[in-house]
Amino acid sequence: MIDTRPEDATPGAQDIGAPDAPRETSAEALAGPRGRLGRAWDSDLAWSFRHSPTALISAGLVLLLVLGAVLAPWVAPHDPFDPGTLNLLNGFTPPLEPNAFTGDTFLLGTDDQGRDVFSTILYGMRVSLFVGVSAVALAMLIGIALGLVAGYAGGVLDAVIMRIADVQLTFPAILVAMLIFGLAKGIIPVQFRDQVAIWVLILAIGLSDWVQFARVVRSATMVERGKEYVQAAQLIGRSGGAIMLRHILPNVLSPVLVIATISLALAIIAEATLSFLGVGAPPTQPSLGTLIRIGQGYLFSGEWWILAFPALTLLVLALAVNLLGDWLRDALNPRLR
Amino acid sequence: MSLLSIEDLSVAYPTRRGTVQAVEDAWLTVAPGQIHGLVGESGAGKSTVGAAIMGLIDPPGGITGGTIRLRNRAIGGLDRAAMRGLRGSKISMIFQDPLTALNPLLTVGQQIVETMRFHLDLPEDEAARRAKALLTRVGIDDPDTRFDQYPHQFSGGMRQRVVIALALCSDPDVIIADEPTTALDVSIQAQILDLIRELARERQVGVILITHDMGVIAEVTDAVTVMYRGRVVETGPTDRVLRAPEHPYTRALIAAVPRPDVKMRRFPLIAYGGGLPQVDVAELSGGWTAPATEGPLLRVEGLTKRFVQKASLLPSRRQYFTAVDNVSFDIAAGEVFGLVGESGSGKSTVARMIAALYPLDAGRVTFDGQAVGRDAPGPVLNAYRRQIQMIFQDPFSSLNPRMRVDAIVAEPLHHLSDMNGTEIRRRVDALLEGVGLGRAAGRRYPHEFSGGQRQRISIARALATRPRFLICDEPTSALDVSVQAQILNILKDLQENLNLTMLFISHDLPVVRQMCDRVGVLRAGRLVEVAETEALFEAPEHPYTRELLRLMPRFTGPAAS
Repeated sequence: MIDTRPEDATPGAQDIGAPDAPRETSAEALAGPRGRLGRAWDSDLAWSFRHSPTALISAGLVLLLVLGAVLAPWVAPHDPFDPGTLNLLNGFTPPLEPNAFTGDTFLLGTDDQGRDVFSTILYGMRVSLFVGVSAVALAMLIGIALGLVAGYAGGVLDAVIMRIADVQLTFPAILVAMLIFGLAKGIIPVQFRDQVAIWVLILAIGLSDWVQFARVVRSATMVERGKEYVQAAQLIGRSGGAIMLRHILPNVLSPVLVIATISLALAIIAEATLSFLGVGAPPTQPSLGTLIRIGQGYLFSGEWWILAFPALTLLVLALAVNLLGDWLRDALNPRLR
Repeated sequence: MSLLSIEDLSVAYPTRRGTVQAVEDAWLTVAPGQIHGLVGESGAGKSTVGAAIMGLIDPPGGITGGTIRLRNRAIGGLDRAAMRGLRGSKISMIFQDPLTALNPLLTVGQQIVETMRFHLDLPEDEAARRAKALLTRVGIDDPDTRFDQYPHQFSGGMRQRVVIALALCSDPDVIIADEPTTALDVSIQAQILDLIRELARERQVGVILITHDMGVIAEVTDAVTVMYRGRVVETGPTDRVLRAPEHPYTRALIAAVPRPDVKMRRFPLIAYGGGLPQVDVAELSGGWTAPATEGPLLRVEGLTKRFVQKASLLPSRRQYFTAVDNVSFDIAAGEVFGLVGESGSGKSTVARMIAALYPLDAGRVTFDGQAVGRDAPGPVLNAYRRQIQMIFQDPFSSLNPRMRVDAIVAEPLHHLSDMNGTEIRRRVDALLEGVGLGRAAGRRYPHEFSGGQRQRISIARALATRPRFLICDEPTSALDVSVQAQILNILKDLQENLNLTMLFISHDLPVVRQMCDRVGVLRAGRLVEVAETEALFEAPEHPYTRELLRLMPRFTGPAAS
């Protein structure tokens, strides 16, 4: 960034030649279409997105899965939570085969109680995505706030915050999550447990995941704090809070965006792991992890589809989100291009 | 006989918005023992020429035409393996930053010996013997000890000497030096340039010296090639080109260089390749001028700043480094006070203490009779902040890249004044018009502007609250000379018309001579001399000032101007 050497080779270098005026016209010509949407479409990020097969395919998959989850009540062939639509005789129907008793056919088969696996996956993804997105949002909120304060204030405050983060990192995230989950279980009365289980899950994953946000934001903040625009704001007497929020925060967001995407995949997996272990989403609100836990019991008795399809969905979802995050990281880092 | 010759060289970089022609039909020749200067401003393509000779153009860029000949052998089209053999052995390079050019994990000796053995196929002890001789030759004392030291144990100037030894160790025919002294202080710059010149003569090496600094060109080169936007505009013996430039661009470039020998009212601006943006002081000020004050406007007494060098929980075990040591001076209303010194002399720290960005460890700052500083009471400090503003060194980091230009200029008004939205908008428009950018510039973001334009935005921001006192911290050291001349002229106009008081910080003595009424010389945190500018330049009293002036590049431009 701070390069005092007049840079020659870089195409489109900031300064071209002595007089300022002609540069203005060439900037105009280079800038392409006007208008907010036009500029966004024309930005380097959008361009790199359009030219990356990985990004296009994974974005397509994520979009498809998210749409399926959001629109589940309308697109799912059955409502797995409505016992009235279930027929126990439909239990264990293999995919795309007519049931021996009722003659009904199911795209991905049914589970032990005759619930359509495709529908349970769509509804399960709702829970998984909701927990994942909310947990990442929580982790981001905590991590960004603490990272900004640590990086901007420095000194004792920085030392305390980062030591807490270090201690937190010595426990595996899943362990922290289970600890919080266990604590919550002890405090909350039995009759409310199923209602708040999802929120406890969000809290557990969110609290175990804030450290990486805090670390990245802290180091980016320390770089930005030394820049002259921050001094210009200090010079007119703006408060630390205003400088952090108005000046530094917008400039440290791009690495946060990358981490948020990648940790979304991790949060979805963490949720599935917890649910698989039986400490996550309750059977009344099954997530993909819960479905996998239910399905694993039938794997060796031949009903593979009850396990395989939720697991495959989880894999595709996590992989697509991860690839999208990888692409974003490369696209936002000009040195890798 | 020409050692290296380039004919019709073109280099292009394909980008998604079309091909950028970085160099077009460039040509130059270098003879043995000759130093050939390659000069131009940002984007002129001079470094690209150097990279093309070394075969170091990054893909997807490439040489699209022309020939490069070394001892009559074409090397432009060689493949990577052949180029690798040539690079380092026949052609070597000296980079701008000696710190990144050396491997921090290997001793200086290991690096030279390894390079020698790779290129010359010498036994280890012979290579070590030669390496030590070479270190002695480039002026490193006690080479036996230094040989086994790591790069971080050398100072900046010494490191650049090591880099020169490294460039020479394979007995190259040609050395390309890309801004070899830009990162160094003047006193060290002079020594390094002398060394390069001596070695070129002694070993009959051809040197291509890439620089943006006319002073360096005047000092050491035998011939010079001037580039502008990828094209060679003029070439010839240095004396002739500097004394009687033929091309209008060369004339404009030379005229823009600040003269060290005589103070001029304004820098001569010669428009080349476009009109000059006009600055409208009346528009900027809206009829306002700073009120005159009796006596000094700003008084600094016994200013001291220590930074913690080694942190410890126990105060007694902390180690401090005194950056500013008991500095005192006055600045009268309407005066431009210069502060000069080499890097690390504490100039910027003084500015930041005056601007209440750093707390004072000792001493006091008095503004218009009132004690100010970080620990002054809130209302006093805010009143003070309304009256002072600062223009920063790096126009690329002094504007928040995520804020629109109008928001940047309006921020001091929002925070420090009680003007309403409409009034603020009107003043921001007037300021942007005044600095010659037009009000439409307010709707854009900083990255859409060039360095000079950004510095104008900085000026608009600094003038928004109608300050009486302006701190300029190296305001032009990141800019090209022609843009520097424009910005300095704007500052002069403002200072005279608005009766502004200025603290002008610079390491560039010719610029200081043009800008300042009085000058203070800082050395390692201490003020060694304060004098009227003319007195200081004509009859310096302190030995350090004399030394600084002696080393100042003497570039006076064509006799005619």
